Amino acid sequence: MSLLFSVAPDEIHFTDGGLLAQNAGVLLVLPFLAFLLIIFFGRRMKYLGAEFAIGAMALGWVYAVALLVLNITRGVAREVHFEIGRIGALGGEPLVFELGWVVDGLSTMMFVVVTTISLLVFIYAVGYMRGDVRVTWFFAALSLFAGSMLVLVGAPNLVQLIIGWEGVGLASYLLIGHYWEKKENSSAAMKAFYVNKVADIGLILGAVILGITVGTFRITEVLAAAEAGLAALGPVAVAAGLLVFFGAMGKSAQFPLHVWLPDAMAGPTPVSALMHAATMVTAGVYLVARMFPFYETLAADARGWILWIGAATLFITGLIALVQDDIKRVLAYSTVSQLGYMVAALGAGGYAAGLFHLWTHAFFKALLFLGAGSVIHAVHSNNMSDMGGLRQHMPVTYRTFVVGSLALAGIPPLAGFFSKDEILASFNHAGATTVLWLGVAAAFVTAFYTFRMVFLTFHGNYLGHGHPHESPRVMTGPLVALAVGAVAAGWVNIPGIYTGFHHWVEVREVFRPEAAPASFDLLALIPGVVAGVLGIVLAYLVFNPERPLQAQRDRLEIPLLYPLLRRKYFLDDLYWHGIVAPIKGPLARGVDWINTYVIDGIVNGAAGLSLALSRFVYRGLDQAGIDGLIGGISAAADATGSSLRRMQSGRVQQYATGFVVGALVLVLGIVVFR
Amino acid sequence: MLLNQFLILAAFLFSLGVYGLLVRRNVVLVLLAVELMLNAVNINLIAFESVLRSSEAVGQVFSIFVITVAAAEVGIGLAIVLMIFRNRASANVDEFSLMRW
Repeated sequence: MSLLFSVAPDEIHFTDGGLLAQNAGVLLVLPFLAFLLIIFFGRRMKYLGAEFAIGAMALGWVYAVALLVLNITRGVAREVHFEIGRIGALGGEPLVFELGWVVDGLSTMMFVVVTTISLLVFIYAVGYMRGDVRVTWFFAALSLFAGSMLVLVGAPNLVQLIIGWEGVGLASYLLIGHYWEKKENSSAAMKAFYVNKVADIGLILGAVILGITVGTFRITEVLAAAEAGLAALGPVAVAAGLLVFFGAMGKSAQFPLHVWLPDAMAGPTPVSALMHAATMVTAGVYLVARMFPFYETLAADARGWILWIGAATLFITGLIALVQDDIKRVLAYSTVSQLGYMVAALGAGGYAAGLFHLWTHAFFKALLFLGAGSVIHAVHSNNMSDMGGLRQHMPVTYRTFVVGSLALAGIPPLAGFFSKDEILASFNHAGATTVLWLGVAAAFVTAFYTFRMVFLTFHGNYLGHGHPHESPRVMTGPLVALAVGAVAAGWVNIPGIYTGFHHWVEVREVFRPEAAPASFDLLALIPGVVAGVLGIVLAYLVFNPERPLQAQRDRLEIPLLYPLLRRKYFLDDLYWHGIVAPIKGPLARGVDWINTYVIDGIVNGAAGLSLALSRFVYRGLDQAGIDGLIGGISAAADATGSSLRRMQSGRVQQYATGFVVGALVLVLGIVVFR
Repeated sequence: MLLNQFLILAAFLFSLGVYGLLVRRNVVLVLLAVELMLNAVNINLIAFESVLRSSEAVGQVFSIFVITVAAAEVGIGLAIVLMIFRNRASANVDEFSLMRW
């Protein structure tokens, strides 16, 4: 296969990017500015604060595109640091904490993805959320979400990356639980938060290990140390690599930590679109890509895990999507599966391939989610059993949705084709034949469930209530824009014709030259495309026939597999009965006991103690001591005064007598003692 | 030297004044006793002056001052006595114990 690959040049030339890169921090700060403006002034605005969010994101988009253009033409690798604090002297060098931003190929690509998708989703949300509860707060949280993601991808060090990472987690919690009045929605938000938090522990531990071992949190220096084979880093590298990847597994919903993502559909649809395309689940993929030279060198042993976790995710979760009735859940499992592709590609060493799929996936998955949102907006239900036959009622949504579906199924020449093909090629190149065929099988499953969704939603008879209608232009506009992206996003990396994407994302301070395919890898290409076409054909045969009831159309129940998939491999049950329930019951009781007897005891004891103390202070010190002293002084003065005042009799001659006697005594004293 | 006789006279007059001051009950007589004491002092001043003969005649000047002050004092004292007498119809010192605690 090596004939089909040409190795990229060893030297990557880049510039510092001038003023544009120097001030790229603006991009990171803008959404937070919008967040504050919305919080304080949003309610008074005509669109309840949406204009701030959209304005900030539009400015950010312009800036990101400018950076991308600069990066394509010149190549930029620039880091800006501000020290915010330092602790201790570990091995002579203090550990410095910094904030800042990094502008290079990888972060610029992510800036463009995040701002583009966020901008379109924000615009769409104006139509989708009209008349909804807490619109102002919704846009504030959306801005926070996008801003945290920009802080994450622009982070030049692991500390800031974790700050953005947690900010994304917080904002997703707020947005998933947007309709918190319903218990299941707030539970879904908590589930997302907890699962992410479990994974975050891995990331934080990994970051601390790396930071302390290398002596700095700067990613570039950590990578350079890994590149140079720093002796101290050697023994802990694989452990740190796995821990960091564990964090990425949580955010990027890798099996078996993917369980939160389908439940996260409880949030409003624009949130799902944003979360699945740009601002949340891509964070894990980004992290692995950012640390890629580390996984290529010292932590190379961790890559097998990354490859196989990704492979398991892409295959296992794709199957679950086959049996889902909720249109958003189909898309959610599809996202998990596609993330599996990206992670597996990174694990197989296909750095550009994984990122390329992230890039194209952002466009067509955002498109599919917004299309699904448009449908949900029309029929007021998430379930495909309430849909069907919407093709006539919603032409724009239908067309754009089919474009997105074709892209997801990997049909040429749409975006998904190029990226999926490149991932399959990278499996092939890495010699992971099993994973390659797993990927091909999953491509078939992907096409099958995608078009099952299309047929059940848009073809056949309408089974819902009320009259569906096309969505307003503020919603269809972003759909059309994303459809253009879903068609064209793949054209930036066509092997043999134009492979610009490789060069964009390879411009980095520390980078391992990577094999770039010189032409299509036919061994990966043909099975991939055939699988996609077969999936679509099979879906057409099974689901398109006009039947009166959706339930009759949706009968594809393989005996053993169907219940397994319906219950999502019993993972939720396992987590609930195996982890949550045992912890919840005894832990809750234990905490309650501690609360009642220990903490209450401490609190009551402290209260009793302070009561006794204050009583003593009042009676002993204040009343007896200070008041007694003051009272005694005044009483003494009173007694002296009342005894001495008798001397003032008012009789002049008495005074005169005293005067004369006194004078005589004086004179006598002078005469006798002088 | 005649000084001793003058000093004896002055001491006698002063003692007489003190006695009158302390023992007399009539306010007017008490005031007269005070005048006696002042004049005893004047005699002392003049006597010493005639012996020492200071260039500025200090003793004589001082005795003039004392006479002036005594005149003023008697003026005010008698005025007070007159007012009290009008109010109380009495000139007995023992009854003038208004200014007490």
